[in-house]
Amino acid sequence: MSEWTRKDLLGLEELSTEEIELILSTAASFKEISTRAVKKVPTLRGKTIVLFFFEPSTRTRSSFEIAAKRLSADTLNITTSSSAIQKGETLKDTFKNIEAMQVDCIILRHSSSGIGHTLSKCVTPSIINAGDGCHEHPTQGLLDMFTIKEKKGSLNNVKVSIIGDITHSRVARSNIWGLKKLGAQVTVCGPRTLLPRDIDKLGVKVTTSLPEALKSADVINVLRIQRERQEAGLFPSLREYAIRFGVTREKLERFARKDVLVMHPGPLNRGIEITPDVADGSYSLILDQVTNGIAVRMAVLYLTLQANADGEEE
Amino acid sequence: MALKVKSNLMDEQMIRRTLMRISHEILERNKGTQNMGIVGIRCRGAYLAKRVAQMIKEIDGGKKVPVGVLDITLYRDDLTMIAACPVVHSTKIDFDVNDKKLVLVDDVLFTGRTIRCALDELIDMGRPECIQLAVLVDRGHRELPIRADYVGKNVPTTRDESVEVRLTEVDGKDEVILLTQEDA
Repeated sequence: MSEWTRKDLLGLEELSTEEIELILSTAASFKEISTRAVKKVPTLRGKTIVLFFFEPSTRTRSSFEIAAKRLSADTLNITTSSSAIQKGETLKDTFKNIEAMQVDCIILRHSSSGIGHTLSKCVTPSIINAGDGCHEHPTQGLLDMFTIKEKKGSLNNVKVSIIGDITHSRVARSNIWGLKKLGAQVTVCGPRTLLPRDIDKLGVKVTTSLPEALKSADVINVLRIQRERQEAGLFPSLREYAIRFGVTREKLERFARKDVLVMHPGPLNRGIEITPDVADGSYSLILDQVTNGIAVRMAVLYLTLQANADGEEE
Repeated sequence: MALKVKSNLMDEQMIRRTLMRISHEILERNKGTQNMGIVGIRCRGAYLAKRVAQMIKEIDGGKKVPVGVLDITLYRDDLTMIAACPVVHSTKIDFDVNDKKLVLVDDVLFTGRTIRCALDELIDMGRPECIQLAVLVDRGHRELPIRADYVGKNVPTTRDESVEVRLTEVDGKDEVILLTQEDA
């Protein structure tokens, strides 16, 4: 088994296949803890974790906080509106100050792609990327892979179709990099205006036809239409998007395999990219994803904080 | 530093007889298997626990005792002091520990720190009626006030020696050996 030596988790692009497998197998062990009467182990007792969320979040933020608390770490929440960023302090200065308070880990969500890479060079606490702009959302990618692996036994040769706004999706990028490393076959599907140029260079099949993306898939991962990033008018209307790319029970029954599984990173735009009968139906793994997110994030916190502590000893 | 074999402490037959004696003692002390649960500590304690449960079942007329497995990695007090990040395996106890007489099983009792972790983890899961400890080898050098209720073999050792329990399930054969430092 490979060893974990990274103090940060910034993306899945730079991880090796073995490192991803180590996170997934560690997460499998952590899953049991959340089923106990006392849902807590003392592993990260005395560690302080700061959650820095500069974009709105319910799932990711609460999932990270619950993961940290189940490992007995202390957590602190900072949001843009309540921080001195409002007074013009730079992010680097804010981080330097947090570091001076002997914090062990910073979990960061921010609209700038690659911000974690820059800040990780300035400070010693572990930095976990909880979504940076249109770049990566590594723990979402990992929990998606964990959920598929749990249902299918392995990711090797599993066919995954990612449907929606690929250009603006950090979830799509983390999924593509991670899934490819574990041997899955990935197809991306969306309107031409929402597919990045050269996306095929990542080794994925590209299509603008939803029936084609549904046809051979074992798993479909439906992305949210990010209305906050849709000012430019990249498709004519939400209604048209729903008609052409919305995943409905009728389309699944007509084009997809009988045992197809449907995932969605949340939050749902019901009736736009996915209909309620699919989201709440028997195909859906959406709430399994949320449950697994805790175990995956516990594994990530355990591995990175342990590696960071080892580094200090040397 | 390299280790060399100093002596063989137990062979396959002796391990079997010892476990059989421990199984009898467990039954005698608890007057049967009522409300009993057996919990082995990963990795070798888990296999020993399964063997003890099987023997108890054979001795006590086919009554099955529930067996669980404990991974104590997350409860270790030296997590940040060991160089590499230890691999976490899962704990699997499928029965309710509340009001159970639990028999904790491990291969070697040394400093007592592993047992401290196991006790903390078990108590986090509920309130057992009691916890008893069974070990195949007690090699001394306790750092905590912990003792075993059932001991396979007491082995006097020096601190720099090492006792290794090998089991068919993991190592291909059953034996207990004493290792000592190679002279420089």
